[in-house]
Amino acid sequence: MQDILSQYESVSKEAVKEWFKVGKTEDFPENSGACIKYKTKQIAVYNFVRTGKWYATQNLCPHKMEMVLSLGMIGDKDGIPKVACPMHKKNFSLEDGSNLGGEDLKIATYPVKIEEGNVYIGFSD
Amino acid sequence: MKQIIVVGNGMVGYKFCEKFVAEQGSEEFKITVFGEEPRPAYDRVHLSEYFENQDAKALEMAPASWYAEHNVDLITGERVSDINRASKTITTAKDREFKYDYLVLATGSSPFVPPIKGVEKEGVFVYRTIEDLEGMLAYAAKLNAEKPNAKAAVLGGGLLGLEAGKAVMDMGLEPHIVEFAPKLMPRQLDSRSSQVLKLKLESIGLNIHLSKATNQILGEKAITGMEFGEDDMLEVDMLIISAGIRPRDELGRASGLEVGVRGGIVVNNKMLTSDENIYAIGEIALYNQMIYGLVAPGYEMAEIAVKQILGHKEHIMPESIDMSTKLKLIGVDVASFGEPFMPAAKGHSIIFENKTQHLYKRINVSLDGKELLGGILVGDAADYNMLHQVYLNGMAIPEDPSQLILPASEGGSSFGSVLDLPDTAQVCSCESVSKGDICSSITEGDCNNLGDVVTKTKATSGCGGCKPMVVDLVNETLKSLGKEVKETVCEHFNFSRQELYDLVKVNKVADYDEALNLFGEGNGCEVCKPLLASIFATITMETPNRQPEIQDTNDRFLANIQRNGTYSVVPRVAGGEITPQQLITIGEVAKKYDLYTKITGGQRIDLFGAQIHELPLIWKELIDAGFESGHAYGKSLRTVKSCVGSTWCRYGMHESVTFAIEVENRYRGLRSPHKLKGGVSGCIRECAEARGKDFGLIAVEGGWNLYVCGNGGATPKHAVLLAEQLDDKTVIKYLDRFLMYYIRTAGPLVRTAPWLEKLDGGIDYLKKIVIEDTLGIAEELENEMQGLVNKYECEWKQAIENPEMMKRFKHFVNSEDTDDNLVFVPMREQKMPKQWA
Repeated sequence: MQDILSQYESVSKEAVKEWFKVGKTEDFPENSGACIKYKTKQIAVYNFVRTGKWYATQNLCPHKMEMVLSLGMIGDKDGIPKVACPMHKKNFSLEDGSNLGGEDLKIATYPVKIEEGNVYIGFSD
Repeated sequence: MKQIIVVGNGMVGYKFCEKFVAEQGSEEFKITVFGEEPRPAYDRVHLSEYFENQDAKALEMAPASWYAEHNVDLITGERVSDINRASKTITTAKDREFKYDYLVLATGSSPFVPPIKGVEKEGVFVYRTIEDLEGMLAYAAKLNAEKPNAKAAVLGGGLLGLEAGKAVMDMGLEPHIVEFAPKLMPRQLDSRSSQVLKLKLESIGLNIHLSKATNQILGEKAITGMEFGEDDMLEVDMLIISAGIRPRDELGRASGLEVGVRGGIVVNNKMLTSDENIYAIGEIALYNQMIYGLVAPGYEMAEIAVKQILGHKEHIMPESIDMSTKLKLIGVDVASFGEPFMPAAKGHSIIFENKTQHLYKRINVSLDGKELLGGILVGDAADYNMLHQVYLNGMAIPEDPSQLILPASEGGSSFGSVLDLPDTAQVCSCESVSKGDICSSITEGDCNNLGDVVTKTKATSGCGGCKPMVVDLVNETLKSLGKEVKETVCEHFNFSRQELYDLVKVNKVADYDEALNLFGEGNGCEVCKPLLASIFATITMETPNRQPEIQDTNDRFLANIQRNGTYSVVPRVAGGEITPQQLITIGEVAKKYDLYTKITGGQRIDLFGAQIHELPLIWKELIDAGFESGHAYGKSLRTVKSCVGSTWCRYGMHESVTFAIEVENRYRGLRSPHKLKGGVSGCIRECAEARGKDFGLIAVEGGWNLYVCGNGGATPKHAVLLAEQLDDKTVIKYLDRFLMYYIRTAGPLVRTAPWLEKLDGGIDYLKKIVIEDTLGIAEELENEMQGLVNKYECEWKQAIENPEMMKRFKHFVNSEDTDDNLVFVPMREQKMPKQWA
């Protein structure tokens, strides 16, 4: 079980070795999350139309180990963009992956770039 | 400058100074106050707290510096020994002389020590001053060091005696209470409540001896026991006497002031003694042939004396003084108010007693049942403040007054809002603060929270008994102004659900984004998004397919998310009626997609373990076979449960299944603040458990009885009767009105039962709206509901027929793969998700 969790580690823009194309922007629902597959990883991609920003995190909620974060509702808390896990409403920052309820839970975040209508996620492996 | 001399620096003597210097015109007077004790005035009411922390400073009414800052000369440790009325001077024990224009006697009282043989022995104490307590502590420490299990008795089972009993416990000695009367707290409690209190105190380790007259204190030099009668004695190592008080009127007596037969200096309603320059206040003042041993009347007397000296002659003491009191004795609530004991000729008593829980409540009401005359509470005095106000202000009481004291679960109703009290209601009697003072300090003054109000009005700073009520008043007042405590949706919308509902409706807001632009800020969250989704649905009957991004995950995928992230599917089975062919279809679908199946609590069938991409496939087959969405995933109408009714049941009175199907089909798909469940029973045997639902119908002679606002769940509640013997058409009419009114006004995620509890006026008010139409909105409510009913369409049918909507039912955007993390294990011939840990 830990294997599943351990393959997710935050990647900074500088550490990106591969920008992986995951689809066209219109493939992703507006103001919502969706899930993509990269090797054995499941990554949740969030499309904030209001701010024009994109975020990506692991799809796995570390609380009960469910592949569900892409199904959660997105929004913000005190200006920090977040996703609320659909299972128990744990809130995670989309900027640094920290738990906004102050719990010792963290999710991995990945850089996203949009080029010519295509969505790319940055990976280091 | 005129001279005022205050003799006595106790609580009342201090309060006189405090009130005096706060008055206009006080600068023309110079106050000198004498205290016999070595320290400035302290809070004697909370004396037993000294045993917990031995912090004398914490008990001080005001620090010594306060007196200097307010131009009051405080002379402690110097007793006034003589008054010379002719020369208007006093002499102290140090033989100093001071001149006065006005003299205020606030010498208080001293403990009464009964003339028992041996009372002078070592180890016998009185309970009055910090010095007394220090003596006791030292003696107890010596006892504890010399022998284990030392015992101490308190002579006197009154209010103070029981306080002293707590002190004994805190000192680590075995506590005994010895009382002459056959009951505890004879002045405040009746025999039954005293019994309850006795049981409670015994349960926490106090030994109580009633009807004991002490003949003699035994022991050589130090006390070793108490003798009550022949062969009746109690071995104790220490004794604390708390057998009542005697006013310290010796100064007045010696100087020829009029005194009472049993002590106390006689005063009139101006607090003036028989000498026009001498006032007496507090426990030495004999007013209306009574000595008042409570702090609140003492403070009031101080106030009157202040006003009189400053020339405001219209301020006089009221004829009758409220002796109501509430205190916590060794952690036990005890309260009595008004006339706690009442002769049967004057009224009726209602008594609730539960010895197993150490609870006793008694109220006395007038013979016509309209007025509350007094009462006693032991074990739980939470209702004291409200009962006391009802008594003080002569407020109306319920037709069945027992509701005032019955536990809520037994049909007792809690009181209305504290804001219903009249403005003149005195909330803090120690500081004479009225409800109006408290509320206006917020509405007209600049107070914004409890702390501000306490600082400004001094409410709660005396005995503290009024604190719960002050807190309520502050909160309710702030709420009424829309300040701070306002129940707003979330950080993105500074409105309540009802306000947002109106805003969206009136402004014909098109979607969530427009609502956020017009009335909100930020980017929304998981609270405001589904809330607005629900509002849009109840205004236009739009399905979750139109704005899937603002739906809770369940609504977004029109299914219930389960433990491993898979979904469950529930087709509607209206009224629980299902054909064999439909059962076969469900069975075949379940088999084909390998779904776990279970009968739900709402008489339908739940199919578990479907993955997102399978949902449309499953629904295509179900819809082709004539099923539709059961809305089990939504905050919406779920089921209307029924029993089989008169079609088959030999007891059935009406066709409950038929009617349940009609009702369920009418309200199917209806979105609401929380889920809605209904039930229809064919007779009063109530097999459909309709009273455990948000709305329930029970067949009776001549029609249906309609019950509303019940639920099962974490806080079960039986639905209450709204109307009786209705025909089908009227049931629908009332249900339309009731449901629409609930949907319009309830807070987010508030089910009908808690909504009704908070509704001002409760079920009676709801009856007025639904049945009598006093608000004149019944037709509007019916029309709105009919509009929603007309617009119903199955959202699953809508989804599978629209390729654009179907796009979201896919696990990966960039792959046709499915979630490979799902693992199922077998269970009783079906399957379940593998446990992770």
